[in-house]
Amino acid sequence: MSILVIAEHDNKQLNGATLKTLAAAQQLGGDIHLLVAGASCQAVADEAAKVAGVSKVLLADDAAYGHFLAENLGDLVAAVGKSYSHILAAATTTGKNFLPRVAALLDVAQISDILSVESSDTFKRPIYAGNAIATVQSSDSIKVITVRTTAFDPVAASGGNASVEAVSAGGDSGTSSFVGEELAKSERPELTAARVIISGGRGMQNGDNFQLLEKVADKLGAAIGASRAAVDAGFVPNDYQVGQTGKIVAPELYIAVGISGAIQHLAGMKDSKVIVAINKDEDAPIFQIADYGLVADLFTVLPELEQAL
Amino acid sequence: MKVLVAVKRVIDYNVKVRVKADQSDVDLANVKMALNPFCEIAVEEAVRLKEAGVASEVVVVSIGPKAVQEQLRTALALGGDRAIHIETDELPDSLAVAKLLKAVVANEQPQLVILGKQAIDSDNNQTGQMLGALTGMPQGTFASKVAVDGNSVSVTREVDGGLQTVKLQLPAIVTTDLRLNEPRYASLPNIMKAKKKPLDVTTPADLGVSVARTVKVLKVEAPAERSAGVKVASVAELVDKLKNEAKVI
Repeated sequence: MSILVIAEHDNKQLNGATLKTLAAAQQLGGDIHLLVAGASCQAVADEAAKVAGVSKVLLADDAAYGHFLAENLGDLVAAVGKSYSHILAAATTTGKNFLPRVAALLDVAQISDILSVESSDTFKRPIYAGNAIATVQSSDSIKVITVRTTAFDPVAASGGNASVEAVSAGGDSGTSSFVGEELAKSERPELTAARVIISGGRGMQNGDNFQLLEKVADKLGAAIGASRAAVDAGFVPNDYQVGQTGKIVAPELYIAVGISGAIQHLAGMKDSKVIVAINKDEDAPIFQIADYGLVADLFTVLPELEQAL
Repeated sequence: MKVLVAVKRVIDYNVKVRVKADQSDVDLANVKMALNPFCEIAVEEAVRLKEAGVASEVVVVSIGPKAVQEQLRTALALGGDRAIHIETDELPDSLAVAKLLKAVVANEQPQLVILGKQAIDSDNNQTGQMLGALTGMPQGTFASKVAVDGNSVSVTREVDGGLQTVKLQLPAIVTTDLRLNEPRYASLPNIMKAKKKPLDVTTPADLGVSVARTVKVLKVEAPAERSAGVKVASVAELVDKLKNEAKVI
């Protein structure tokens, strides 16, 4: 068995999601190659070569891969991946974008969002927003898989000594081009990598009130998240959203403030180690899954909490 | 410009899902079914393109047993012009669905294909991308804004870090995210009118596509339940518990 893992990075640094995807690959057992596709991304390949358990780094350094466009990346990964038994990527918006194209080009199914590796062909994955867990078995010759990163502990970023080999493929499809991006700039930890998250919901009433969360987050070194209701209401941008269709998180501590606990929000955070709910409605469903619940007005609680930390 | 919209019949998003006692699947007997929410957004976007004079015809397609015609009629009531039902009692996987849609694309030659980014039952998030690969079309997935301009379309995408905009040559594929639009409600006159709109029925065999699955479901279980913890009376007590009991701060 040989496993190809597609690295996630920003052309400068390896993203932590890659280390978790590699953890899933290690459970499959077999030789693991890591593909770094990007533009001017030699530094990422050098970093990748040091990751524990990687036997070879494949580097596709070409302007066509600089923005990770699904058309170009899909063609590349299908060409490079056809000699492997497994192809894995993180179930991030990048992995979800290009990997199904790879599966289709290889004429195999994709298994999305795996939570565990039961054997080399059998996996667990959530369905119905995590309200059921399916165990699925694939008979395809190549298993194409996205990995739910919160379900795996990262492999060590150092200790490896892989060779780096250049690969190339089709280049630019010419049908799609990158126009621009608005990425959130923040000094805070990234939501999916944070140890502590404090999230606000509709109860925050407006975007300005998120400053109350920020003050607490500063004390805890926490990332800030939001429910879909808060994002839809325009309080905060879409990249704050935790839930079935937003980000899936599993921090050590998740503090839900003014969030009632709609099923689709719970789907994104219920694997957190410790959950705190602060809500003035004592019947809010969030309390049914919270380790510590505080029934109180968040506008009184947040300043007090900031003081107490 | 013709727009093709693919839609799926799924469990209504308000229904609480229960796993069958024999762990073979979730229990769908006598459960309310509906148009997948992301597909509803896809239909709405196509209809708005038609209302804006960009699209000339909106064709909706769905795959499944006879009952999916209910959802096709819903899509027609929302403003679709005609429907195609690919009838099968099998549950084709995303790749088979993409192959069936590829055959429909070959017949219909749409300039834009709009799909939901995922169905809320299988949560796969694959079909649009697979259709893109099979037809060689570019894709704008997880769209929060779509703007057609001549022979290209700009798609603003919701990505982990924020928003990304790509420009795609037509014909192209768009998959919808939640904030692309707010679907309208079908009015009673439009529901009545939808009953008379054309609905063609075909089959996977007619389209020359096998719907055999390569991924088998061995078991479906309920997730581990998380039980409610304790209520604390004050911020001081909360901070104390987090420090000394849970030891997370």
